[in-house]
Amino acid sequence: MKLISMGLRYSTPLIGMLCLGTAAQADEVMFVSQGGAYQEAQTKAILDPVAAKLGITVKQDSAPDAWPVIRTQTATGKPIWDVIDTPTKDCVRGGEQGMIEKLDLTQMPNVAAMPAAYRNDYSVAYEFYSSVLAYSTDTYKTDPPKSWADFWDVKKYPGTRALRNHPLATLEAALLADGVKPAEMYPLDVDRAFRKLAEIKPYVTVWWTSGAQSAQLLADGEVDMEMAWNGRVSAVAKEGAPISFTYNEGMLQYTSLCILKGAPNAATAIKFVDAALDPEIQANFPAYIDYGPANPKAYATGKISPERAAEMPSSPDNAAVQVLVSSEWWSSPAGEDVLKRWAEFIQQ
Amino acid sequence: MTTLTNPEVVQARQDRRLVLMLLAPALLVVGCLMIVPLCWLAWQSVRQDGGFSLIHYQRFFTDGIYLTAFGQTFRIAFTVTLIALLIGYPIACLAATVSRGWSMLILAAVLLPFWTSVLVRAYAWLILLQRKGLVNSLLMKLGLIDQPLILVNNEFGTVMATIHILLPFMVLPLYAAMQKIPTELIMAGASLGGRPGFVFRTVWLPLSVPGMVAGSALVFVLTLGFYITPELLGGGRAFMVSMLVARNIEVYNEWGAASSISIVLLACVLLIFRLASAIIPFERIMGTR
Repeated sequence: MKLISMGLRYSTPLIGMLCLGTAAQADEVMFVSQGGAYQEAQTKAILDPVAAKLGITVKQDSAPDAWPVIRTQTATGKPIWDVIDTPTKDCVRGGEQGMIEKLDLTQMPNVAAMPAAYRNDYSVAYEFYSSVLAYSTDTYKTDPPKSWADFWDVKKYPGTRALRNHPLATLEAALLADGVKPAEMYPLDVDRAFRKLAEIKPYVTVWWTSGAQSAQLLADGEVDMEMAWNGRVSAVAKEGAPISFTYNEGMLQYTSLCILKGAPNAATAIKFVDAALDPEIQANFPAYIDYGPANPKAYATGKISPERAAEMPSSPDNAAVQVLVSSEWWSSPAGEDVLKRWAEFIQQ
Repeated sequence: MTTLTNPEVVQARQDRRLVLMLLAPALLVVGCLMIVPLCWLAWQSVRQDGGFSLIHYQRFFTDGIYLTAFGQTFRIAFTVTLIALLIGYPIACLAATVSRGWSMLILAAVLLPFWTSVLVRAYAWLILLQRKGLVNSLLMKLGLIDQPLILVNNEFGTVMATIHILLPFMVLPLYAAMQKIPTELIMAGASLGGRPGFVFRTVWLPLSVPGMVAGSALVFVLTLGFYITPELLGGGRAFMVSMLVARNIEVYNEWGAASSISIVLLACVLLIFRLASAIIPFERIMGTR
């Protein structure tokens, strides 16, 4: 008994201190991204500067695929995540299913100033990557393939090819090769895209599933050209592999920031998202990784050299020659149906 | 009431209790980590939108991709089993007939790759078989081919690497069965005038059947569940049941569909073991006797 009462007496101030401690640290936010080199780069480029600017603590978690976790956390009603960096599709379908907060633009000047195409009700573009046409410079020393029409032209450009084992961006490439104008891309003419894909299918040696695999295929000379993510290609090229890529007709995609419904630090989360989109902070991205800032104004800050800007998927010059992939279309029922049809197409 | 005082019965009861107590931890592990999840899997496969439904099983008849995946998986499993048997049989014969030292060496050579990670071996095959890989470079240099052969990123590469990984599961049961063939029978066959080929066909081969059945059943069943090898070496063309399960979870978020596929695959496995055990007792397949 004595022990218990002693324990109680001494622990009461401790409990008080613990409560004080959390009160003092109330201005914190739990940020979630996909881990790896990508999240490390963000820590230096975005998270640390935002924390310093707002005087808050940014805690981090990572999930290679946030979608199932979003579902479980919101289902329990007591989420522990605040802000999530995830493919835009997850934010949109999450928002439609009541798992993601709507963005309050009145409290987010930086977000409000973003191009309308780069945001929706639930999320705002955060960083850009691109599915590009990459090729071996050994095989195509002069006059490399420059467009998806070239990729489909097996007479002019003999060689092995690889595409991602996923319809997103692949269907868009097929339609571009078939002469569809970028401005008239959406809604996708799915039948036409699959017809065009059937043409190239016999020449596709590999349908790749992971980014690492796609880089390996080109570096080892297993394929002569393929669709791959720009960051993967440039990383291998920097190591000296004889490969290159073009942004022309690249499929520009972005991950977005969104705030979980019932986020424990919702008010700080709003401030965090707006600060992360600040042009000055966005301009830090290129210093750490080959993925581009989402806010186009970042290119006007003077922080990004013209040479570096030319390497970024989202620089105005590069963005102009690419197709912006529509997350809205891909999260629509038509987009979901394509996923099912894709598996059948590959197995035929 | 006499039974209570019978010391033998009391002893037997105590023995049973002791055995049960000793088994308890193992039963608990198997129960919690295997039986319960399996029941949950089965439960999930018949649920849709909070009610009972067979919709996930209906897909086996309406969704072409299911039949394709099962068809390809069984075809690959059959090819792998057949080739592993053809390669494994002579190795086991040799190991069972040479002196003890040599047989240890042969078995060590069979087992050695077994301790290397499946992932490493898959990449090793990639390096060997790819377009600019060792095999193609050698064949080109020797002038046997002018165009590199497509050896990997297809079903061929998948089958090749799977055989390599599963060969020990074929050789060991074969070796165990052959070791039990009495040498006297072979000698008797020979002394009665049987030529080596005849003795092999009429004595050795029939007596090694249990090993063939055990090894084939093991290899076949293990191939049915392969995932990493077809994923890495199939190039998107080897689409096996395990990948169908993964796809249902990753892409479509359909846990019920993934569960139903797993349950059907499990049923196939149990059926195969049932058929095999009709030929030889189940415990012999597992190599305990």
